[in-house]
Amino acid sequence: MTGPVRRTTRPPALVLVLAALGLAVFVVPLLGLIARVPWSRLPELLAGDVVGDALRLSLLTSIAATVISALIGVPLAWVLARMEFRGKSLVRGLVLLPLVLPPVVGGAALLFALGRRGIVGGPLNDLTGIVLPFSTGGVVLAATFVAMPFLVITVEGALRNLDARFEGAAATLGASRWRVLFRVTLPMILPSLAAGLALTWARALGEFGATITFAGNLQSRTQTLPLAVFVALENDRDTAIALSLLMVVVSLGVLIGLRDRWWRSW
Amino acid sequence: MSFRPLLVTLLAAAVATAGCAGNTSRDVLLVSAAASLTDAFNGIALAFEADHTGVDVQLNFAGSSSLREQVLGGAPADVVATANPDTMAPLVDADLTTSDPLVFARNRMAVAVPSGNLAGVSGLEDLADPTLLIGLCDEAVPCGSLARAILLRAGITAAIDTNEPDVRSLLTKLEADELDAGIVYITDVIATGDGIEGIAIADAINLATDYPIAALRSASDPQAAEEFVDFVLSTRGRDILARHGFELP
Amino acid sequence: MVSPPVRGLDARLVVASGNGFTLDIDLAIRSGHTVALLGPNGAGKTTAVQALAGLRSLDAGRIELHGRVLDDPAGNVFVPAADRHIGVVFQDYILFPHLNVAENVSFGLRSAGVGASEAVAAARSWLDRLDIAELAERRPGDLSGGQAQRVALARALITEPAMLLLDEPLAALDVTTRARLRRTLADHLEAYEGPRLLITHDPTEAYLLADEIHLIEDGAITQVGTAEDIRLRPRTRYAADLAGSNLVTGTASAGVVESAGHRLRVGDTTIHGPVLATIHPRAISLHRNEPEGSPRNTWRTSVDRIEHYGDRVRIQTGPPMPLTAEVTPNAVDALGLHEQSSIWVSIKATEIDVTAG
Repeated sequence: MTGPVRRTTRPPALVLVLAALGLAVFVVPLLGLIARVPWSRLPELLAGDVVGDALRLSLLTSIAATVISALIGVPLAWVLARMEFRGKSLVRGLVLLPLVLPPVVGGAALLFALGRRGIVGGPLNDLTGIVLPFSTGGVVLAATFVAMPFLVITVEGALRNLDARFEGAAATLGASRWRVLFRVTLPMILPSLAAGLALTWARALGEFGATITFAGNLQSRTQTLPLAVFVALENDRDTAIALSLLMVVVSLGVLIGLRDRWWRSW
Repeated sequence: MSFRPLLVTLLAAAVATAGCAGNTSRDVLLVSAAASLTDAFNGIALAFEADHTGVDVQLNFAGSSSLREQVLGGAPADVVATANPDTMAPLVDADLTTSDPLVFARNRMAVAVPSGNLAGVSGLEDLADPTLLIGLCDEAVPCGSLARAILLRAGITAAIDTNEPDVRSLLTKLEADELDAGIVYITDVIATGDGIEGIAIADAINLATDYPIAALRSASDPQAAEEFVDFVLSTRGRDILARHGFELP
Repeated sequence: MVSPPVRGLDARLVVASGNGFTLDIDLAIRSGHTVALLGPNGAGKTTAVQALAGLRSLDAGRIELHGRVLDDPAGNVFVPAADRHIGVVFQDYILFPHLNVAENVSFGLRSAGVGASEAVAAARSWLDRLDIAELAERRPGDLSGGQAQRVALARALITEPAMLLLDEPLAALDVTTRARLRRTLADHLEAYEGPRLLITHDPTEAYLLADEIHLIEDGAITQVGTAEDIRLRPRTRYAADLAGSNLVTGTASAGVVESAGHRLRVGDTTIHGPVLATIHPRAISLHRNEPEGSPRNTWRTSVDRIEHYGDRVRIQTGPPMPLTAEVTPNAVDALGLHEQSSIWVSIKATEIDVTAG
């Protein structure tokens, strides 16, 4: 028998083996992708206007979806964390539904609701002439639908864990509700808020199923990087792999960059 | 709330998929076919099984390019039928088929509009109207490349709003009246029924795609595979194909 | 009851919580006076703080501060916390962890619209007053308990509030720091001119810091008076328990506390100067004859009063050092105790707690 002290200084071997397996789940597919990259043709493949348009559109729509999620998802999280009302568990279930639904189903639901013949989209179209499907706005909407739950759950959890006495203390010091929100509540949940925004952005960037079902696929208007990858897989595998590599590089770059700047307290 | 039936459907699909995955009985004949063959091959499979009581035909439908990738990637299949010769050619080149593929059906294109045709589309030339919502299949799939070839022959530049990944998703959007017009297979117009109206494209401009079929060398029961190919080419097979709108070579 | 003061707090707090508990107390505090709300955990002290601060509304009753009505359900008046101008030192201090000390202290002024540089300058002058000027740039996470308490006090006082609420201001501190900070807290309370309410479960704290003590039990005030009143005439078992903690003020030197000419030997030989000695009633032994043995404080006295509390009996002893002892009814019979009877008192030196007063 080795002494108990030596044992505790080393992590259990089983944990390390399982952790390595866990990491392999992420790394092995990435290696498979990298192994197939046509390195010599890469500059030529990435120089095409399809790639440039898709990258620009992906960044634009994923950032827009993240901003919209912050504007309406944080208040929703606040209501779920701080208010008691009948049917709250149903509301929370609805918020989480996009995590469970296949995105294609979500896209179809969006089409039936917000398409020009949809129950909301119809009147909207009659009143304003706005048609959301097949528009860049539709891409943003689809991305928001699938990505916002990540922000809502993260922020709701953080608000629940936040000791309400801090907000009470601010109020006794004469702070208005807005000042409490912006100077106490939000700064105190900043690490969770940042993590939620990063997850939301990442999910929005990778969104495919709901987008193609609701917003269609047209270069420079609705064709994001994942759609471009999917179409290219049909007839131009090298371009598809080059596009996938681009997505990996862009998202890793942003997520690691954010981690260094925002997630210090993690 | 309409979520409950939806969830039930999803669960049922998951259970059905799980059930199939474990089934490797020797009496199973795996047929991989183009998505546009769905209704016709379901009918053919039923008729074939009635004649060959020992065989259980399992059908795998997908876009032709996906089928090609599946078979090249080693996915199990006994018979393969695609929507154009181009997607079959790599399988012949790789020496995966038992003999040269045979063309068993031909499909022409039509302009499809939602039932009621609220936008008043009268023919191919309306696809150039930028005020209409126009959808085609993406040029990477056969229905998309055919549609573009037809538009080129007609000298029309379509005001495209979306390039759908397959004909099924294009049809869904036409049926939902979210698109005003698109170009699809005639068989799809027939199969979709009430949701879609077809407008014929002039014979001088229209194009057809040939559907080839072949048995694969990897077939677990080569004889059953050959019998299935023969059945598709037989009078009974041709009758079923014709009923679903296919032209016969 | 004292008649309602013109300057000060006059309140009746009625708050019903969901689980059947109801707080129903009257509180009147004149400006310049400190009232302690002393009670066990769960008595409703925190609810009272929340109601006064405006963090929860009354179900009935009324809060009036310097003639201004802050809460009156019957009159449909409720002034929210942000407009009450009541300074609160919260239990655990509740300093904002994302702001540094100067920002914490200036928070109230900034909320009132004071410019950033002016507010920070005011904060620094308050920190200076509390001898913690060097902490201005620190985060609350890097402060000791005593430092955090002073920051919390500065944060509450900087806006010159109309009233000061202190919710267990010393509970988060270790024993030695507590005694030291109790004295500085007393000084700062003295300097504040408005009404002060001290919430505490610690009788020592209440006796030393408050002019008047309100005992709160199970949502109701059970006794009001000075420390002396409560010690001599406890009206409930809880009050008796508190009272039983005999408090003797005196001067310590080399293990002896001298109080009004009487000398007590105590266990702690290191403490010097003004002290408060605490003696639990069960630590006091009563004897018919002079006891012998171990280092004890012993003296002869008489029984002033005998009070029965169910299975316990409290005996008030007479001069030279009046104390309350607690014995069983059997002991009363065995000793043949009755009022005016002569007895010997003995207390082990180690049973006497001494803290710097």
